[in-house]
Order: sequence, then structure tokens, then C-alpha cells
Amino acid sequence: MALAEEVILETQGLVKEFSGFVAVDGVSVRVRQREIHALIGPNGAGKTTFFNLLTKFLQPTSGAIFYRGRNITREQPADIARHGIVRSFQICAVFPHLTVLENVRVALQRKLGTSFYFWRSERSLGNLDRRAMQLLEEVHLEPWARTQAADLPYGRKRALELATTLALEPDVMLLDEPTQGMGHEDVSHVTRLIKQVSANRTVLMVEHNMSVVASIADTISVLQRGRVIAAGPYSEVSKNPQVIEAYMGTSSDSLSGGPDGP
Amino acid sequence: MRAQIALYVGLGLLALVAPFLGLYPVFLMKLLCFAMFACAFNLLLGFTKMLSFGHAAYFGASAYITGWLVTVQGWGTLEAILGGVAVSMLLGAVIGAIAVRRQGIYFAMITLALAQVVYFVCLQAQFTGGENGLQGIARGSLLGLLSLGDDRAMYYFVLAVFVAVFLFIRRIVHSPFGQVLKAIRANEPRAVSLGYKVDRYKLTAFVLSASLAGLAGSLKALVLGFATLSDVSQGNSGEVILMTLLGGSGTFLGPFVGANVVITLQEYLSDLAGSWVSVIIGAIFVVCVMVFRRGVVGEIQRRFGQRSD
Ligand SMILES: Nc1ncnc2c1ncn2[C@@H]1O[C@H](COP(=O)(O)OP(=O)(O)OP(=O)(O)O)[C@@H](O)[C@H]1O
Ligand SMILES: [Mg+2]
Repeated sequence: MALAEEVILETQGLVKEFSGFVAVDGVSVRVRQREIHALIGPNGAGKTTFFNLLTKFLQPTSGAIFYRGRNITREQPADIARHGIVRSFQICAVFPHLTVLENVRVALQRKLGTSFYFWRSERSLGNLDRRAMQLLEEVHLEPWARTQAADLPYGRKRALELATTLALEPDVMLLDEPTQGMGHEDVSHVTRLIKQVSANRTVLMVEHNMSVVASIADTISVLQRGRVIAAGPYSEVSKNPQVIEAYMGTSSDSLSGGPDGP
Repeated sequence: MRAQIALYVGLGLLALVAPFLGLYPVFLMKLLCFAMFACAFNLLLGFTKMLSFGHAAYFGASAYITGWLVTVQGWGTLEAILGGVAVSMLLGAVIGAIAVRRQGIYFAMITLALAQVVYFVCLQAQFTGGENGLQGIARGSLLGLLSLGDDRAMYYFVLAVFVAVFLFIRRIVHSPFGQVLKAIRANEPRAVSLGYKVDRYKLTAFVLSASLAGLAGSLKALVLGFATLSDVSQGNSGEVILMTLLGGSGTFLGPFVGANVVITLQEYLSDLAGSWVSVIIGAIFVVCVMVFRRGVVGEIQRRFGQRSD
């Protein structure tokens, strides 16, 4: 297992109950610095709920969350983002009525410290445009900079979401099914992007597509009915019969040729 | 963009000559006051998607305070206006701080309930004159230089304030703050995940809207010379919603158009139809909402392929 100082994000016995139903049931996960950590598990296993707990969109019933050794269990969701933990959503989250450029600029804008200036012209945000364009280039979206985000095809929206997330220069990125609902080309495109941007940061991602997991994940944790049933390097976990059983509903196959999600 | 500037210039010129076209200045001023009220309300509904059911509280409270400062305290006109606005700003801060934590229907219910509290206070308090309201509020003068007693002088003063408010709202929407509001409106959880403390932005928008609604109420009290319970009543809160939706929420000109339609209908139909006015306006509203869902201006903009902002 990882050395203590390498661990950047850790949960201890995290529990979330929804009126009696336990969606997350004592989850302890350790995410090491600069790894790509995949969280897998069948539908309804509690993956999104776990993300919501980590980012404080939900309050845990019990348990604790540590970030760089600090207890962040009681903080506000906006503060989590300010610490450098930025999430994406299972349902693609762009700002539809803003242009692609504006989407990224909204993320850059907060650091400028003028976000409450209702008396100043929005033209004052123009000097963020260069940085925004750079970020768009990283995800190959620069030709669409002036397009309304709502008009982008799905795969590009996800790329835009990634660029917006990157704009905050997060230390930890939490991605909830970044390739869900994508065609083959988009999947490999986004997979490459994730690999590329993970160079200096930590990625925790929920992913159903096992070929994506196989190709980029360093570590995986398997969640089933709210519990972690296995965790470790991909090569080990994928051979675990319990995991194959839980994830595939059958123990006759190995994970590597797994399903493409729901 | 060009067409829009031409339209604004045209409307501006029309407003400048309106008192000479045989239109009754007091009526025009009333139009402007309610248009300002609707624009203020639209800042909240149209640009941040918060539906307040109690905006009359800010309009009415400010009308009362300004009236009281003028009649009882003998304050000058500008100071009395500022006093009224300050109170509605404070009221907006208190009510907003409670309401913005909730969403959708809960937000609406809180604003409604607290506005009822304000109504009740105005009904019971001494300084508001109870059922009679405050009467005989003098317009005074601008810094002792320009008497506002004359209807035309007052008209140009109200027009100037209206134009300033209109431009101010445009600026708010097209500011760094406005960008964040747009983002929050489009996808609040995403804005949170980018580190924005959305409640603070919503509260700021709420206070701005309440203050501008207060300014409208204050001017209305001076224009008509009275402040009554109807200013602070639920009916008034409903009317401003109607004006905004009729004209097109989320457009700049929509609330202005909606206020003009409603106030004009009220004025001309009240002689003809008496108490049937509200039924007629209600029917028009229902038809409009069914025919043009985005309101008059919203629909026009859509047909001509213009972005609403
Ligand atoms: N707000 C809520 N109230 C009640 N139950 C909830 C709530 N959110 C999630 N659940 C339940 O918790 C369980 C876990 O849901 P969650 O969305 O975390 O699963 P998931 O692993 O992300 O699934 P998927 O792969 O389908 O995205 C589900 O049974 C779900 O119905
Ligand atoms: Mg999920």
C-alpha cells in the first residue's frame, strides 16, 4: 500500500444514508498523488454519491475525509474547489448559453477577484481570453471558441467541461463517467486527454468502460452496494473473482474485455 | 446591435417629446415608475431565474419611507429618495439572506411570506397612516434648484432616473458579476464546483433588485403624492410578475413593454369596464403566455434571431 505522505485524498469509513437506505457504507479509499485512480462498480453502487460526499455536495452521515492530511469533512463545496479539488458531473455540465470561450473564462475569472464587480464592463475579462484559448487548444476546441456551448456535439461538450475544470489548475480532478454516452472516437480522444492532463495531477474517475480503465488507470477501487470490495493495482484487481462476479454478473470472463457501460 | 441602438435612440426621442404629444405627464411618470419596478424585478427573474413573489415589499416600503421622510421629517426630495432606497436595500438584504438559501418554489414561498410580514407591519404601524396611507407627499425640488412641482420638470427627472436605471441594469448583466450570474443560472452545481459561493452572488443580485424596486416605489410616491397599502400589497407583487412575463423576462425591453401594456390597459379600461379590468388583464395574460411563451419582446427577438442579451 501507499506510503502515508503520498496519499493526497483519503476517506475513512464514509457513510451516507438516505432515509434508511445506505448508499455509501463505510468506504475507506486512499488516493495517491499523481495517480489515475478509477472507481468502478455496477449501477447504483454509490459511486456518484461517493463523489458528492467528497466534494461536499452531500454531508456524510458519518466518517471523515482528509485532503493532504487535513480534515475537510465539514467544509463547503465551494471551498473544496478552492483547495484544488474540482469535479465534473455524470450529466455533462457546461454552461449552455455561454460561448465555449466564456465557459472557460468563467472558471478563470474567480481568481481575478472582480467577480462581484457589477459596475465594471465584462470587457475587462478580455485579458483572460488568451489563457482561455490556450486551454481550448489543449482539448482541441479552439475552432469552436465563439460557438454557444449548447450547440456543441456531446463529445466536444465533455472536452469543454474538461478544459473548464483544467482552468482552475486543480491538484485533484474528480471525473464522473467522462466517457459515458460517447462514440468510439470520442472515447479514445477523451481518454488520451485525461492521460495527458494527469501528468502533474491526481485523477479520481468513475468509469464503466473497462478498456478505458485498463489503458490509463494506475489503481482501481471496486464499489458494490456501497462497499469497497477490492482495491489495488489494475492487474491484481481485474483478476479478483469477487470483482468479476460483482461487476460482470458472471465469473466466466476476465474484466479486460468488459462492457462499454450502461 | 445597430438596430438595437437605433431602437433605443428612437424610444429615447419619443420619451423626450411625449409630454408634448398630448399625453398626460402624470400618467407617463406612472408608466416609467412601474416600468422601472418591472426592470428591477426582471434583474432577478430574468437574469438569475429567482422568482420573488414579494417584490411589492421593497417598492411599497420605500414609497412609505420616502413619503414619511418628506411629510413628517421635512427631508429634501433627494435625501428622502435615498432614505427609501436604503430601507428597501436593507429589507432586501434581510429577506434575501433567508430566501436565497432555498430554491424554486421554496424561494418563492419565503419571499411571499416575508412580504406579507412587511404588509402587516405597514398596516399596523403608526407612521404609514394605516388604511388611509400617506397623503399629500410634496415633490419638493432638486437640491433646492429645480422645483419638481411642475409635471413636466418632474417627468424629465423621472425619465432621467429611469434611463440611468435601465443602463445600470444593462451594465450589471454585462459585467464580470453578470457573467457569474449567467453561469449560476445555467448550471448552479457546476458554478459551485468551480468554487463560486453562489448564495453570495444571488444575494447581491437580490439586494440590487430590491434597491431598484425601492427606487421605483419612492419615485411613484413623489409622482402621485401618496403611498398606500396597495403599493406594498400582494396584488402589486403579482402585477410586476405579470408585466415582466408579458413583456418577456430576461430581455432588457420586455419589462418596459409589459409595464406599458398593463398600466395603459388599467388606465383606459377602468372607466369602461370598472372592476372587470383585472379579469380582462388576466385573460390577456393567459392568451399571451399561450401564444408567445417568451413574452412579447422575447418572441420578437427570437423571430429576428437575436440573442436576448
Ligand atoms: N438523493 C438521494 N436520495 C435517495 N437515494 C439516493 C439519492 N442519491 C442516490 N440515491 C441512491 O443511492 C444509490 C447509489 O446511487 P449513485 O448515484 O451513487 O450510484 P452510481 O454508482 O453512481 O450509479 P450509476 O453507475 O448508475 O451512476 C442508488 O440506489 C440511488 O437510488
Ligand atoms: Mg453515478
